[in-house]
Amino acid sequence: MKMKTKFPKVTLFVQCLVNGLSPEIGDAMLKIFQKLNLPVDCPLDQTCCGQPAFNSGYRKQARAAAERFIRIFEGAEVIVSPSGSCAHMIRRYYPVLFDEAPRWRARAEAVAAKTFELTQFLVDVLGVEDLGARFNGRITVHDSCQALRGLGIREQPRRLIAHVAGAELAEMRDPDRCCGFGGSFAVKYPEISAAMVDDKVRTIMATDADVVTGVDLSCLTNIQGRLSRLKSTVRVMHIAELLASG
Amino acid sequence: MNTIRPEDYTSAARKALKDRVLQKALADFQDRLGKGTARAYRELPEGLGLRQTAHDIRMQAVENLDILLETLVENIRENGGRVIFAKDAHAAVTACIDIARRHEVKQVVKGKSMVTEEIGLNPALEAEGIEVTETDLGEYIVQLAGESPSHIIAPAIHKTREQVGRLFAEKLGIPYTSDPPTLTRAARKALRQKFLTADMGVSGCNMACAETGHITTVSNEGNIRMATTLPRVHVAFMGMERVTARLEDHDVLFRLLARGAAAQHMAGYVSYIGGPRAKDQVDGPDAFYLIIIDNGRSKILADPEFREILYCIRCAACLNVCPVYGKIGGHSYGSAYSGPVGAVVTPLLVGIDRAKDLFLGETLCGACKDACPVDIDLPRMLLALRARLVTGDPTWQSSGGRLGEKVFYSAWSAAIRNHRLYEGIQRTVGLTQKTLTGTDGMIHSLPYPLKGWTRSRDLKPLASKSFLSRWKEIQ
Repeated sequence: MKMKTKFPKVTLFVQCLVNGLSPEIGDAMLKIFQKLNLPVDCPLDQTCCGQPAFNSGYRKQARAAAERFIRIFEGAEVIVSPSGSCAHMIRRYYPVLFDEAPRWRARAEAVAAKTFELTQFLVDVLGVEDLGARFNGRITVHDSCQALRGLGIREQPRRLIAHVAGAELAEMRDPDRCCGFGGSFAVKYPEISAAMVDDKVRTIMATDADVVTGVDLSCLTNIQGRLSRLKSTVRVMHIAELLASG
Repeated sequence: MNTIRPEDYTSAARKALKDRVLQKALADFQDRLGKGTARAYRELPEGLGLRQTAHDIRMQAVENLDILLETLVENIRENGGRVIFAKDAHAAVTACIDIARRHEVKQVVKGKSMVTEEIGLNPALEAEGIEVTETDLGEYIVQLAGESPSHIIAPAIHKTREQVGRLFAEKLGIPYTSDPPTLTRAARKALRQKFLTADMGVSGCNMACAETGHITTVSNEGNIRMATTLPRVHVAFMGMERVTARLEDHDVLFRLLARGAAAQHMAGYVSYIGGPRAKDQVDGPDAFYLIIIDNGRSKILADPEFREILYCIRCAACLNVCPVYGKIGGHSYGSAYSGPVGAVVTPLLVGIDRAKDLFLGETLCGACKDACPVDIDLPRMLLALRARLVTGDPTWQSSGGRLGEKVFYSAWSAAIRNHRLYEGIQRTVGLTQKTLTGTDGMIHSLPYPLKGWTRSRDLKPLASKSFLSRWKEIQ
């Protein structure tokens, strides 16, 4: 495995959902970086990037979260998160939060510039596509909105999957269509959200895939919730879990 | 049908979700047009960067609006047209009624115009005893049905041809048929009569040009050209932001408008109208009026965070890709403007508190921004509206968020600033969830406020040990 760039250390930003709901995704990330011989750090005092507050309009609270995040992570060489929407929050909106505080804004920009979503980091920064993983099954990819439109992540997960031995990629119809999660949208407007995720799982099931994967656990939790309710056998796996398989 | 009711968003959306005909119509329509537009952009000889050029053109125009409007007005007056500035909907409607009275107008034919929907022109003219006929086929269908348009450029997409067949049988007295060409011919016959007898034509204005002093209108049915040429009087309405400096700007904008609106390279009919019939001309009205409407736009102009929405050219490309619009349809938005653009512009026109569901009820997926021919950052403004809802802002009729939610985010803010407290809360939740978890290892039912989630979805419970706890152990 040749890398374009060498980093002394990768600092993980775990994302609240991964930390609480699916710690195995964090384990998978550790395994991936171990394979790449990259030392990993993971600050224990990390919490939330502030995205839920920001998306709900609570900018003061989001700013407090951002300040804390910046203090904890600004010493890192590179910050990697298994979540497209968290990475997007930091990259796109942290600087905006400090529009009226130039010194904080500069710190926010510095942190934003070295924060990456996992597949973006692997493919675009490290130039690694083959992680020597093996997974037997048919896989379909859901494009998470913030990752896709905010960070331009479309090809990265697909290229990585192409190198997973035994994996077969089966594209769903409209993989870039929103799954209907939208943070608090899913609980504030449950009927609309349910109709959207219902469309999404139908397109997933139509591919006959064994696994649906993606780069954001929030979308995947939504999709998994609906698949489970419909008693579907399609398994939901975060891309990190796939890449750490075998 | 011009009642503005953004408050009914949730109930209207529920109704739309149960309407199978509408669901299929929306899905087919978005599949065709949303994808068609993306394709049409990719085929642009200048590449996707043309959207940025268009963005800059609109930005420059909006930044120099005062000068451009002055120039436009001077040039239109020179061409023999008359211009009226209307500060609000009432002033605009009154001006039109005055013109109608002065010219003894009995019958009006209209080209499609969203701004006249915004100001409620039709019912006001009808109250004066004036007969108003919409001449865009979709708009005509909607008018006959006593409904309002559900899409900016495809007003009747919520109706099937069978429904239109029954409507025409009842209103136009033709034998029932669901054959589109036969129905179109019937509408054409009925409308032709109206065109020939109307005294006044009313149109919108897709974009005005300051240096030439004209307005440009586009249609695919030729009806706007008829409505603005045949009657004695032409009254055009324009939102005050719909002007650019140069004629060259129109070239860029109209090529993009056609792509955004209908995945076309150019609309079927593009008309440049610059005043009444000149002495050496055979066709055209005796009198031409342009009513320039503010109705809240200068307030938007004054707010740097929302000014960008004035770049909008009302093509509806954002509606054609929005996954929320694709489920709830245009009527749920409760105003003339639906979809992502409606979710931004309606709250700015009628007040943030009243229309909060419009900007909260979007997923921030960003498809609208990618589809916008002038690259407007709609998600940024949806977020900005949410922030104004929370902080409160009397300028935009926002009284400042809900108490329960405020308490929640204050507590959240305290928790995330203390990682031990944060872990502790997670652990406590982890303990309470045991009773909620089913034999399949999933949670099937949650109390308020998460009840909405489990109505149609399960939820994975929290892990017994968080990743950070595991990490701490292996260090």
